[in-house]
Amino acid sequence: MLFVVPAVLAVGFLAIPLVGLLQQAPWRHLAGELAEPQVRVALRLSLECSLGAVGISVLIGVPLAFMLARVDFPGRNLVRALTTLPMVLPPVVGGVALLLAFGRRGLAGQWLDRAFGITLPFTTAGAILAEAFVAMPFLIITTEAGLRAMDRRFEDAAATLGAGRWTTFRRVTLPLIAPSLGAGAALCWARALGEFGATITFAGNLPGTTQTMPLAVYLALENNLQAAIALSLVLLVVSLAVLIALRDRWFPTA
Amino acid sequence: MSLQARLELTLGDLHLDVDIAVATGELVVLLGPNGAGKTTLLRALAGLIALDSGRVVLDDVVLDDLEKRVRVPTERRPIGFVFQDYLLFPHLSALENVAFGLRARGMGRAEARRHAAAWLQRVGLADHARSRPAALSGGQAQRVALARAMVADPRLLLLDEPLAALDAASRGEVRRDLRRHLASFDGTRLLVTHDPLEAMTMADRLVVLENGRVTQTGTAAQVSAQPRSRYIAELVGVNLFRGQAAGHSVRLAGGGALVSADDHQGEVFAAVHPHAVALHRREPEGTPRNVWAGTAETLEAAGDRVRVRVAGQVPIVAEVTPAAAAELRLADGGPVWAAVKATEVNVYPA
Repeated sequence: MLFVVPAVLAVGFLAIPLVGLLQQAPWRHLAGELAEPQVRVALRLSLECSLGAVGISVLIGVPLAFMLARVDFPGRNLVRALTTLPMVLPPVVGGVALLLAFGRRGLAGQWLDRAFGITLPFTTAGAILAEAFVAMPFLIITTEAGLRAMDRRFEDAAATLGAGRWTTFRRVTLPLIAPSLGAGAALCWARALGEFGATITFAGNLPGTTQTMPLAVYLALENNLQAAIALSLVLLVVSLAVLIALRDRWFPTA
Repeated sequence: MSLQARLELTLGDLHLDVDIAVATGELVVLLGPNGAGKTTLLRALAGLIALDSGRVVLDDVVLDDLEKRVRVPTERRPIGFVFQDYLLFPHLSALENVAFGLRARGMGRAEARRHAAAWLQRVGLADHARSRPAALSGGQAQRVALARAMVADPRLLLLDEPLAALDAASRGEVRRDLRRHLASFDGTRLLVTHDPLEAMTMADRLVVLENGRVTQTGTAAQVSAQPRSRYIAELVGVNLFRGQAAGHSVRLAGGGALVSADDHQGEVFAAVHPHAVALHRREPEGTPRNVWAGTAETLEAAGDRVRVRVAGQVPIVAEVTPAAAAELRLADGGPVWAAVKATEVNVYPA
């Protein structure tokens, strides 16, 4: 009994903002709002950037997860702490750090500029980088957990059947951890899609280049509330979809 | 000899120190209690566990030679391995599981599938080619595992408790099938089990592994006639004693002595079948040369006989008819005399 009142309060606190969003939604003009050029551009850019971030994360994050799960190298715990740091780091700090490292006068940015003529800040590539920086840990952690939970004797079985390490990884390990990898990728994507702080700090807020949905929502709040709500609804639907897709993973008993 | 392995390794509490040889075409069964190191030995032969020292040679090809730093990786050993719980890849169909080894060894997709399909047919599972392992019964999964291990024509077939995962009802039939398929294999075969019936019925030769060491090797008949460890003696159900022989008399290590019709000298084992042990409530007179006083302890049914454990200076198990057990009121316990004829004591060198 003692807990019922605060519990109800908590539910209300979490639910009321969503209700507010749904209640204010311009349901009739929703399609129209989403068809606005400015909104469409932000939508497309967000999709590109978030998928790009997932791509980068899979490409370099899965090998890292494999190393963390399977190879007992010195400093492994340190590396793991480092990879999870962006999860707790304020995104804006991540953006500042990225700017200092990959900015034109930054540690890596200087070299990229001189060697390849590549500049990252305030470009779409920069937005992708910022999103990957913040979202990759979700993929790494989930994939590593999947690798640790997997029965490694399947890999032994593959070896006795003549499969080398790469064949084993491709045809046995990857399919067996596919659920974890999928969950990790979904989380990573959802996080990248919602990324605001690091992106605006590192890549700026340039419509068509770096202005992703969350940035567009923030900007639209000042001059076009309807568009802001429409974009928010899209992000809400994506979040719900990810939640529903992963519900068996997170709430297996429910 | 086609497989010659001498190896040593330590894994946790287990220290494995084994010298084993298996001829081509021979089916050797490794028998031993749980934790004896049977699975570890198979995994070591497959190259899945590194040796501390030793040398493994298969058909004149050196697979391991620690001194010469030779270690052929598992995937390049000409072996087939049937794991205890089969470890069929859950994301692949039965056909793809069987084809896996052929594909991994570089065979084209279509040809590999054709070979795999032929093998599934051979083990009677042509209808289940598309089934996932989860949809197969235990016996079917075992046959897929066998086909998967044999399809690439290995020179050494390693089977780890291939029947242990099955329920008792299907085990008999699967065992018959397994024997038939193993008989068709011309390479070297090594099968692990802790089930004595499986061991006795399948083996050309038994190798008994206890606590990381080989304690006995021989045919089923030899091993059961002359057990060399308490483990084997209990498996085949005989009383085993160890002692010092001087002519017909054997002084037992645990105290007491027994008399045998055989003539031996030095360290010996003496085996006595429980059905050769007669029980009396009063000290018997007459022909038996071995009579010991003791106390009747536990009674248990063994087929149509009753097994009676007699505690005393010479602890022994006797097998009597239920009628005799009732007549002697053995269920009440109390003092008894156990008598064994000298001709029923089988003595052999330790």
